[in-house]
Amino acid sequence: MVDISSDRRTVLDGLQFTSPADAEVRIEPVAAMSRLALRGRPGIETAVAPVFGFNLPSTACTSATAAEYAALWVGPDEWLVTAPDGRVDVVKAALEEACAGVPHAITDISHRNVGLTISGPKATWVLSHGCPLDFDLAAFPVGMCTRTLLGRTEVVLWRRAEDTFRIEVWRTFADYLIGFLNEARKELAA
Amino acid sequence: MLIINCPYCGARPEVEFRHAGEAHVARPAGTESLTDEEVVDRLYFRSNPKGMTVERWRHVHGCGRFFNAVRDTVSDFFVTTYKTGEPKPDLEALKAGAAK
Ligand SMILES: [Zn+2]
Repeated sequence: MVDISSDRRTVLDGLQFTSPADAEVRIEPVAAMSRLALRGRPGIETAVAPVFGFNLPSTACTSATAAEYAALWVGPDEWLVTAPDGRVDVVKAALEEACAGVPHAITDISHRNVGLTISGPKATWVLSHGCPLDFDLAAFPVGMCTRTLLGRTEVVLWRRAEDTFRIEVWRTFADYLIGFLNEARKELAA
Repeated sequence: MLIINCPYCGARPEVEFRHAGEAHVARPAGTESLTDEEVVDRLYFRSNPKGMTVERWRHVHGCGRFFNAVRDTVSDFFVTTYKTGEPKPDLEALKAGAAK
């Protein structure tokens, strides 16, 4: 019988992730996950706590994580929420119930973004090729997240460790962005 | 590159921002009784001063929020920024402060 199940592929398939500069900076795809754009009036920060096990961060450019969830502040009434792959409907339903008393909007954007990890001693050096933010630990501490520009495209940058960043980029810009980052780290391999 | 102080995110590079026109242009009450000249004036004519001007800006590649900024059109210096809804600062006082 013919297999007619849909073949799930990511735009990252076939892109160049390895480089002679891997020892100094690695770029890796992040596995598929659920993503939600969560917006709401004051009160939503605590309303979601029964679902996530934490309050939404209310300080600009900070993140909160626990177990399988992460919530990233991207605006004064806007958060990027990540959850395990395949769970988006369950999480969305739980959030709708928890936020019933607060004006809010919850949108499934799981397939709008793809995630990349950039890590290694030269990670900030490569990011600085296309992002004018200060990556000193005092200015951009571990856990900080923000929407910004990287090269010519908009991304969400999230510092996971001193030399490790998550990049969330709109999927149609991923090809460009990886090309840009590979171009930047060519110098290291020379 | 200019550093612009977003009232929500703090000091950020200018490439993350977009200009969004003059601030504090209020829609007049009783629009049905305005003359054509008054409508045209509100829609199309802006003060365009030489010196301090009050503008709307948007942190489009950051928190996404609109805010207001006082900018000097001669030096391109951002004198101050504040959240939408907050009162327009006293420009004469700011000028006096800048002149010190
Ligand atoms: Zn901002």
